[in-house]
Amino acid sequence: MPTINDIQDDIIECFSMFEDWSEKYEYLIDFGKSLEHLEEKYKTEENRIHGCQSRVWLHAEQQGDKIIFYADSDAIITKGIVGLLVKVLSNHTANEIATSELYFIDKIGLREHLSPTRANGLLSMVKKMKSYALIWDNQQA
Amino acid sequence: MLDIQKIRADFPILNETIRGKKLVYFDNGASTQKPQAVIDAEKYYYEHQYANIHRGVHYLSQIGTDLYEQVRRQVQEFINAKHDHEIIYTKGTTNSINLVAYSFGRKFLNEGDEIVLTEMEHHSNIVPWQIISEEKKCTIKVIPLQQDGSISLEDAEKLITDKTKIVSITYVSNALGTINPIQEIIDIAHKKGAKVLVDAAQAIQHIPIDVQALDVDFLVFSGHKIYGPTGTGILYGKEEILNEMPPYEGGGDMIKTVSFSGTTFSDLPFKFEAGTPNIAGCVALGTAIKYVQEIGLKNIQTYETELLQYATEKLMQIDGLKIYGTSKHKSSVISFLLDGLHPYDVGVILDNQGIAIRTGHHCAQPVMDYYKIPGTCRATFAMYNTKEEVDILVDGILKAKKMLS
Repeated sequence: MPTINDIQDDIIECFSMFEDWSEKYEYLIDFGKSLEHLEEKYKTEENRIHGCQSRVWLHAEQQGDKIIFYADSDAIITKGIVGLLVKVLSNHTANEIATSELYFIDKIGLREHLSPTRANGLLSMVKKMKSYALIWDNQQA
Repeated sequence: MLDIQKIRADFPILNETIRGKKLVYFDNGASTQKPQAVIDAEKYYYEHQYANIHRGVHYLSQIGTDLYEQVRRQVQEFINAKHDHEIIYTKGTTNSINLVAYSFGRKFLNEGDEIVLTEMEHHSNIVPWQIISEEKKCTIKVIPLQQDGSISLEDAEKLITDKTKIVSITYVSNALGTINPIQEIIDIAHKKGAKVLVDAAQAIQHIPIDVQALDVDFLVFSGHKIYGPTGTGILYGKEEILNEMPPYEGGGDMIKTVSFSGTTFSDLPFKFEAGTPNIAGCVALGTAIKYVQEIGLKNIQTYETELLQYATEKLMQIDGLKIYGTSKHKSSVISFLLDGLHPYDVGVILDNQGIAIRTGHHCAQPVMDYYKIPGTCRATFAMYNTKEEVDILVDGILKAKKMLS
């Protein structure tokens, strides 16, 4: 079972092969398109991450001692990035998620998408994923 | 004819390389870039002339005061106001509208009165009125949008009634580019005894304005959208109305006498200018206005209209591209969507090609609700933009379309 950091390292390696911005974004777009849509019943106001531009939804479930995340966005690039976050953090324990350090975003040059001024909700999404984990981690403790 | 290359050379930022590409700046509706003269004016003032203004007896304070007051007269002349004390310095359009909503509202609005806005207003011309309406128990009436992004005078006639105290309307829609028939709206409102505020944030840099000819009661704009510094703005108001209005903020510079048994306020314009203002910004705003006047707003308008037509024709040739805002009277704004593509995605791909446009709801959510869209991509033009840049935008959109479809 790969750790959060193993998955981050894999993504960084994958992105290191892209030669220019368009290859990187083409990958994100294709990745975004390949992800399943979140079921409509989960696209609730409660699951909505508020950002200025694209809409993002995040749904979390507990399976055993793991948290599984499902996410979606109406903008495809956002969905690709959201998908990467899910890929990294989903299917880990609450404690692993809460204590994780997300360094891959910086390394693959997508930091700007997470800046608070970008106002696309991704920073809020990371915070929300971690807060789910914190709450569950506290419940278990 | 404008010498665009000469104008471009005045704007140092236009030489910047963004992500390895030459910057193409089409986000002028959000803010315009600054000519070297404006940058230099602010710098020179801080380096050689700076001190706090008014009341200081020393040399520098007097120089600063003279410059600051000189720009006030320059603005007066620029929009043809009757008196220089009808020109109030503010932080920007938003600040100007809030000042009027709060101060005019406190004095003149009563329960049951009506405020008339349009469906295309920027949030800053909606929210201040909502706040004061709630306090004063007034009603807001909205002149609806039509499919082409214009409003109809018949609707205006119906909605502006004897109950209307103020009509607050944008001259040019920031989201759609529509130029509103403000002269007609002012005439309709005045017949009913209502006052009119014109939000000229998107007009002041494109269209010559004469407040006396319009007979408008209030006109507001931001310095940063007319090639001037951020944090500068203007509220023009007719003397007789401003005199009746209570101060908006209390503090230094806006009083005659202060004692704990009571305070008397300064005359116009100082009554509305509490505290140390953005002196350097205002000084440089004068330089910006002078720069625009030397080129000539009529010349700018002619050139930008030609550019808008060229861009509209070019963009309409792109398969699946829809332009929102197709009114006959339009200023330098093109809002568009590509079939099935989210504006955010398009904006990101254009950004990576060094092309700056704006995506989203443009602080005009009711407009997006009207068209039932999440937002648009918006390209807005200024006098330094060129047809070659429009061609780069078209290629950029085609690339975005290819990548995202």
